[in-house]
Amino acid sequence: MSSIGTGYDLSASQFSPDGRVFQVEYAAKAVENSGTVIGLRGKDGVVFAVEKLVSSKLYEPGANKRIFHVDEHVGMAVAGLISDARQIVETARSEASNYRSQYGVPVPLKYLNERVSMYMHAYTLYSAVRPYGCSVIMGTWTDYEGPQMYMLEPSGVSFSYFGCAVGKAKQAAKTEIEKLKLADLTVKELVKEAARIIYIVHDELKDKQFELELSWVCKDSNGRHQLVPKDMAVEAENLAKQALADIEDSDEGDI
Amino acid sequence: MAFAGNFMNPAPLWHNGPSPGAFYSFPANTTSMGPSRETVSDFKAHSATPITTTTTVIGLKFDKGCVIAADTLGSYGSLARFRDCPRVLKVNDLILLGSGGDYADYQYLKDIIEQKIIDEQCIGDGLNLKPKSLHCWLTRVLYNKRSKMDPLWSNYIVAGIQDGEPFLGAVDKLGTAYEDAAIATGLGAYMATPLLRDAVDKGPIDEETAKNVVQKCMEVLFYRDARSFPRYQLGVVNTNGVTVSETIELKHDWTLAHMIHMK
Repeated sequence: MSSIGTGYDLSASQFSPDGRVFQVEYAAKAVENSGTVIGLRGKDGVVFAVEKLVSSKLYEPGANKRIFHVDEHVGMAVAGLISDARQIVETARSEASNYRSQYGVPVPLKYLNERVSMYMHAYTLYSAVRPYGCSVIMGTWTDYEGPQMYMLEPSGVSFSYFGCAVGKAKQAAKTEIEKLKLADLTVKELVKEAARIIYIVHDELKDKQFELELSWVCKDSNGRHQLVPKDMAVEAENLAKQALADIEDSDEGDI
Repeated sequence: MAFAGNFMNPAPLWHNGPSPGAFYSFPANTTSMGPSRETVSDFKAHSATPITTTTTVIGLKFDKGCVIAADTLGSYGSLARFRDCPRVLKVNDLILLGSGGDYADYQYLKDIIEQKIIDEQCIGDGLNLKPKSLHCWLTRVLYNKRSKMDPLWSNYIVAGIQDGEPFLGAVDKLGTAYEDAAIATGLGAYMATPLLRDAVDKGPIDEETAKNVVQKCMEVLFYRDARSFPRYQLGVVNTNGVTVSETIELKHDWTLAHMIHMK
């Protein structure tokens, strides 16, 4: 970033001469330091997997969760500054609740995404505030629309995806996701793939400890967002460890 | 303003005479902005009557749970106006709620309770609202509203499993609350309660017996309560969870009716 120190990065409400808003780019950088988060949209639902980096051994297991429930039918996986992300979760929850009280039906993800992304975007417009240092992925499954998934970035842009990844190893994760035939895979298969991808892209040298978080919202869960059942999550995690060990073995064989 | 006087409500031009701007007494002149007589009031009128109403809801405890039953009629005064007004609600896996009285007030509270449950699920700690808590919460909400002279015009029966034990409690529109093994609101308080208590007082009853007694009560109520309906819903809560039935059609037989003579 050559323009650092030129003074154009001091405020979110000022463009640099080449037409960039540096504060927004810095926010995106903040997200890239976080553990990898992926979302997969399959045939019958959406699966989230999070590589939650554990920065201290003193934390209890399961502390600082990165997967949240927004409404009965909407889940959110977050990457970036956890405190910023929690505020986005809170905003999404109140938007979902508002929609429900006004229209008497669960909020369609399209509209929830619109509201939350406009909220994030508003924080890129004023000098008195800073953009959110987090990216979030929202997913749902409904009978009439099937699986839906959106990823929101600190700049306020959001797109609907078949598969997406954010965080440290998003490039590696995207490469892995692209190998999958997402439209043909069921959530039960995707849970295993998601766990495997998180284990493969995890960098053992830089970050030692991590916890895998898995959740889904799918046909089998009646369109409810919930954590993947324990036995299935354990199975997926074991398979992922096995896959990783196999890769390491074959690497040694090459040498 | 001492010089100008009270220009919104000027004094009469002469003793017992008209005030300026109030020579004619048009209805429109009686707003608070008008110059005529003082009509601003310090009190506020609230709706003081229920509009679309539902009748009795009954609840009965058995050894391992509770049943709740209520018909699906929404009455508009004495007119049988709406025929599909379900009012037995599954709140979560531990709580069943039944309501009688103003249907709109029930719908209003239902939305609030459902959002409460969603908020709780969002926390994701696996803890669930328990029946005693909901019962207590309802007393607070209803009492608070009645204290504002604007009651929610409906009665509630909360049934559920509290720490493994069956719970059955009632709250009326004023927030008055009690727990009992047999509860009936509205007209049912007079006609169903004796039947329910008879069953309970004989000793612990099982789910099947409880369902039968409740069915009998619904039948009696249908014959005698002019605001009742032969279609009702039955909700059961036990240690396996909560189920609310589809609408059940009551069998009724009026062939004896011609023998009844009013004196």
